[in-house]
Amino acid sequence: MQDMFKILFSVILIDNLVLSRFLGVCSFLGLTKDLKNSMGMSVAVIFVMLVSTAVTYPIYYYLLDPSGLGYLQTVIFILVIAATVQVLEAIIRKAMPPLYDAMGIFLPLITTNCAILGVMLINIQETYSFVNAIMSSLGAGLGYTLAMFLFVGVREKMETSDIPESFKGLPSALMAASIVSVAFMGFSGVIENLFS
Amino acid sequence: MAKNKKSLSYELIKGIVKENPLFVLVLGTCPALAVTTSAFNGLGMGIAFTFVLIMSNVVISALRKVIPDSVRIPAYITIIASLVTIVEFLLKAYTPELDQSLGIFIPLITVNCIILGRAEAFANRNGLMASIMDAIGMGLGFTLALLLMGGLREVFGFGTFFGINMPWISEGGLRPIGIFALPAGGFAIYGVLVALFNKMNHSWYSRKPDDTMDRRNYPGSISARTDAPFVSAEAASTGTESIAISKGSVPESMTEPGERSICPGERD
Repeated sequence: MQDMFKILFSVILIDNLVLSRFLGVCSFLGLTKDLKNSMGMSVAVIFVMLVSTAVTYPIYYYLLDPSGLGYLQTVIFILVIAATVQVLEAIIRKAMPPLYDAMGIFLPLITTNCAILGVMLINIQETYSFVNAIMSSLGAGLGYTLAMFLFVGVREKMETSDIPESFKGLPSALMAASIVSVAFMGFSGVIENLFS
Repeated sequence: MAKNKKSLSYELIKGIVKENPLFVLVLGTCPALAVTTSAFNGLGMGIAFTFVLIMSNVVISALRKVIPDSVRIPAYITIIASLVTIVEFLLKAYTPELDQSLGIFIPLITVNCIILGRAEAFANRNGLMASIMDAIGMGLGFTLALLLMGGLREVFGFGTFFGINMPWISEGGLRPIGIFALPAGGFAIYGVLVALFNKMNHSWYSRKPDDTMDRRNYPGSISARTDAPFVSAEAASTGTESIAISKGSVPESMTEPGERSICPGERD
């Protein structure tokens, strides 16, 4: 139990998906221009992350690993993620229209977000149990959401400020990301003490 | 690009400054930030990436008349993922320590936007030689960019270059600045270099900094990817326009005529 929460919180705060593992940086930089888009993307990432962990984990441990085909994980996982997204889209559109509206167009775009494949691979690499893998995926999704929401605020402030010509747009966003990342470094050590 | 045929040598050199994939097109940011803690890692990642890019361009260009249009994206992903698996094996066998330090970013080459973007935008509609040149040029640009970032971060962060101690840093009173080796330093160095390339493109090709960031004709460049969902999300919310987005495509109107965007959302 303690293990679960330790994984959850350390993935959210210390090993933050975007700010320390550098996964999903593209969507992080691209979609944080306004709150609505980043919310849609975050919901979609959390959802797809959880479902595809639940699908890829058994595939790896009951199908690939016993037959010695572990090296096929990249190929299989990316195809599973693509298929999962397609199926999910159809189901959600029918069964949960409000959720579908919230995710909007971000669901199909998510297939090749490197955050999803990255987290699947990390879960296998760390040899988590199934519950811990789900926790790590949930934490990764929540960490992504947290980083997105923090950064939306930062960028809104930046829109109105006077920046040198060459630094306008992406470079200044990257500098801001650097400072947000420094802020997240402050969390390291907190989790260890919290659960010791 | 298919519209106006350029010479092979142009395809080769365009990737270095003018269309540098990392600093100008802003593609492949994830591996660039994550693995460039040292010059050696940056170079290794660049070479692995270039290999996959060249091979995938060759295979896709050769098969461009065989692959049906409707399943081309799954086909590309499968081809690229298989090539990445080969590279993974090669690295494990010959440079285990590089494989260790690159970690999951080797399998993540699969979802690197540059490779899929080049497959869709170039190899899909150009001959074999031009595709190889394009792949070498883009790969070279990406490798040099990673080497530059890795070198800067290693020199400032550890005071070494390719693991060799730099006396003018360690003895010159300039102490290694640890933060450059951390994620925060990666973002900062990347930001400064993007700004520098903006400036360089501005003065060499007399292109306004804004133009370099708004490159809709490059599938997957960050502006094309971010504006598309942004615009269509607004259109969808106002209900003025019904937009059905199939997997891996943005509305034709969002892309340059004749160019189908392959990386609409985010493909890192």
